[in-house]
Amino acid sequence: MTRPPDGLFPLLLEMRDIQKRFAGIPALADASLSVRSGEVHALIGQNGAGKSTLIKVLTGYHRKDAGQVLFEGEPFEVHSPHQAQVNGISTIYQEINLVPLRSVTENICLGREQRRYGLLDWNAMHAEAERLLSRFAIGIDVRRPLGEFNTATQQMVAIARAIGFSARLVIMDEPTSSLDEREVGVLFSVIHQLKAEGVSVIFVSHKLDELYEVCDQVTIMRDGRTVRSAAMKEIGKLELVAAMLGRDVAAVEGHATAFGERDRSRIGDVMFSARGLGAGQAVRNVSFDLRRGEIAGFAGLLGAGRTETARLVFGADRPSAGQMTMEGAAYHPDRPADAIAAGMGFCTEDRKGEGIVPEMTVAENLTLALLPKISRNGVLDDSRQREIVERFIRELGIKCSGPNQKVRELSGGNQQKVLLARWLAMNPKLLILDEPTRGIDVGAKGEIQRLIRRLADQGLGVLMISSELEEVIEGADRIFVLRDGVSVTELEAEAANEEKVLTAMAHGTSASSEVTT
Amino acid sequence: MNRARLVRIIGTYGVLIALAALILFGFLRYDRFLSFYNVMTLLRYNSMFALVALGMCFVIMTGGIDLSVGSVAALGSVASALASPYGIVPGLAAGIGAGLAAGLINATLVTRANLMPFIATLATMQAASGSALLLAGNQTVSVSYESGFTAIGQGNFWTFPIPAAIAVVAYLIGSLVLNYTGTGRAVLAIGGGEDASRLMGLRTDRVKFLVYVASGGLAGLAGVILASQFGAGQPIEGVGWELFAIAAVVVGGTLLTGGSGSVVTTLAGVLLLGILFNVLNFENGMGWISLSAYWQSVIRGLFLLVVVLLQARLTRRRLNAL
Ligand SMILES: Nc1ncnc2c1ncn2[C@@H]1O[C@H](COP(=O)(O)OP(=O)(O)OP(=O)(O)O)[C@@H](O)[C@H]1O
Ligand SMILES: [Mg+2]
Repeated sequence: MTRPPDGLFPLLLEMRDIQKRFAGIPALADASLSVRSGEVHALIGQNGAGKSTLIKVLTGYHRKDAGQVLFEGEPFEVHSPHQAQVNGISTIYQEINLVPLRSVTENICLGREQRRYGLLDWNAMHAEAERLLSRFAIGIDVRRPLGEFNTATQQMVAIARAIGFSARLVIMDEPTSSLDEREVGVLFSVIHQLKAEGVSVIFVSHKLDELYEVCDQVTIMRDGRTVRSAAMKEIGKLELVAAMLGRDVAAVEGHATAFGERDRSRIGDVMFSARGLGAGQAVRNVSFDLRRGEIAGFAGLLGAGRTETARLVFGADRPSAGQMTMEGAAYHPDRPADAIAAGMGFCTEDRKGEGIVPEMTVAENLTLALLPKISRNGVLDDSRQREIVERFIRELGIKCSGPNQKVRELSGGNQQKVLLARWLAMNPKLLILDEPTRGIDVGAKGEIQRLIRRLADQGLGVLMISSELEEVIEGADRIFVLRDGVSVTELEAEAANEEKVLTAMAHGTSASSEVTT
Repeated sequence: MNRARLVRIIGTYGVLIALAALILFGFLRYDRFLSFYNVMTLLRYNSMFALVALGMCFVIMTGGIDLSVGSVAALGSVASALASPYGIVPGLAAGIGAGLAAGLINATLVTRANLMPFIATLATMQAASGSALLLAGNQTVSVSYESGFTAIGQGNFWTFPIPAAIAVVAYLIGSLVLNYTGTGRAVLAIGGGEDASRLMGLRTDRVKFLVYVASGGLAGLAGVILASQFGAGQPIEGVGWELFAIAAVVVGGTLLTGGSGSVVTTLAGVLLLGILFNVLNFENGMGWISLSAYWQSVIRGLFLLVVVLLQARLTRRRLNAL
């Protein structure tokens, strides 16, 4: 896509010196953002830097304390997301904010219903929903409740909804965090189309490589301030990271390999094994072994059956075929409680639905599953709780005002850290991590990956599902590739590279046909 | 996924099956159960509850509750009885107007003052009850028979009771609004996730406002029918109507937590409860058992409790199955 030099396109949006405090604590202090027509604008910063807050101020969800907003050259004052939408700003919020109980069609079309003789025209709306989803190569029954579909599909529905509004500005707050590479590719082609139609896009992501693919301009925030704005092609990745973290480039450079060195000698004997697992269409034949002190990575496309397999292992669903053993004994959990009793933990990808209790505090969320362990005769041991909570807030760098802040008030990435900390604090033997670093910034991501490695070195077995190939390849000791519910390939980490894994994901065997189980 | 579907179907259509079973039971057991007289009386009487339940259904679908419907109906009956000498239209206007006013207060308390619906409507319940007694001077208020006002509750459309016809029309409109207007779909979306709906750009406050006003208006209309049918405005009627309405809505498969529901099955829920109480009366009449009014109250209360519990269990299954 060729792009006229800067200044040729008029400014569409200008936010100047925006300030916003929550209970006296500043979330935004002098944040600014300028977006031109037909521009894809990256907005980046660490977890808690204020990106989502800036967006919510723009769309009228939060009211700003000070500052100025101009949209299409006019002062822009909206007091509700509805008004923002009417005025041509369409937003995909960070947490998928749709209604799981209602149908896909309703979730896409509510707010701009199609009518005939003044009444809703359901046929037209279903057709519209299908048409919008087909742009993303998704063919699902749009009459079903949204909640029946997985996170990635829901995310695509949210995107389809936003695109459907024919807005002047589309805001996407971390749209790719729950998508796999193929879907991200589809999304990017849609973004290119939008751009060609003159629509501007604000794009928030922690995956920096993505930014170079679609974005023209970048604005970097730190601690509620805008620290830099530049053309994407004029700023290097290290420079981006340095600006985000507020360090100099040299300091950032050493930070590269996150998981740290593997030490094969620490890997023990087989702790868990699954043979021929099956359940419905999603999981058809999955076999794998997990050793003590080993990180096993599950790779695969959306619908490959990774999460579904994890749910079987954790007793959230029941397998219809196959056997599992845990520490040498037959293992068939009827419910998650059985899995937990056997020493397992499961950090889910759906933090909103299954993980976090938003109205509870950081400390409560963190120690929820631990309560029996840190209580004496049913009475909570305060000092032990505080000690554990403070340790994890420190180790994972959870940005909060203190252990007693409500989790609802944390930024998305920091909520993810709390969820992760909850399971780490349980001290399990086997931990299933489904997209553990989803929505986590580059700095903290390294911290978390190193922590996972450290725990593995102490004997923890980790089953890690990640849509980020890099994370699987660099982090795992052994990689299982799943395709259409079948475990098709097993690769030793040393032998794995991106190409082999991708080939296996798409065609069922690795290029060099490694061990096949 | 199949089980999810099954649970959903039972949740939605179970009430129709139960209704059919109950009618069959009554038909086989009592001679006059399906007699023209009994059926028409049943419809005439239950039309009031049907209207109240319709309003309740919309409120519950947004995730709210309206506890004031019973005393608002009582207030409506008094207001319409007082206005009845001036004719049918003033009588209707007074009753519905009183209901709308109460609904407006609920709506304002819930959407502007951000009070919990439970608290706001409980307060309105007290206030409406007090106002009804004040207006009526602490006694029942006879309606005017000369003005033709009694036709609303006692008259027939050919042979079909007018109040039942009013209820049918109200349900048709309600069903149309729910299924074929943006506002109707927004009602369900709000119940399924209020914050999400707001972020989706829906005007959640406006929709909730409308729903409480409508519930008040329908309760007022029920009050008009009450006064007209029994020839008097009754300031102390309406006790327990809210429970009846909630139960009918819940029996009809509408989630008590909001987000999913249906108008048509709510009507089936009203009929189911109405017929059940009719059956109790028949049992009494047959002399096998003899239940005082108090015992009937106890039985109704227990029955409603059982229904709500069953629904809650079914709901949990259904949400889990998602
Ligand atoms: N409703 C709220 N009440 C109190 N504090 C809040 C609230 N919303 C956000 N904050 C605080 O404002 C700061 C900025 O949060 P924001 O969600 O904007 O971060 P973010 O840049 O989007 O981070 P992430 O990458 O993790 O999504 C955080 O410190 C957060 O705790
Ligand atoms: Mg955010």
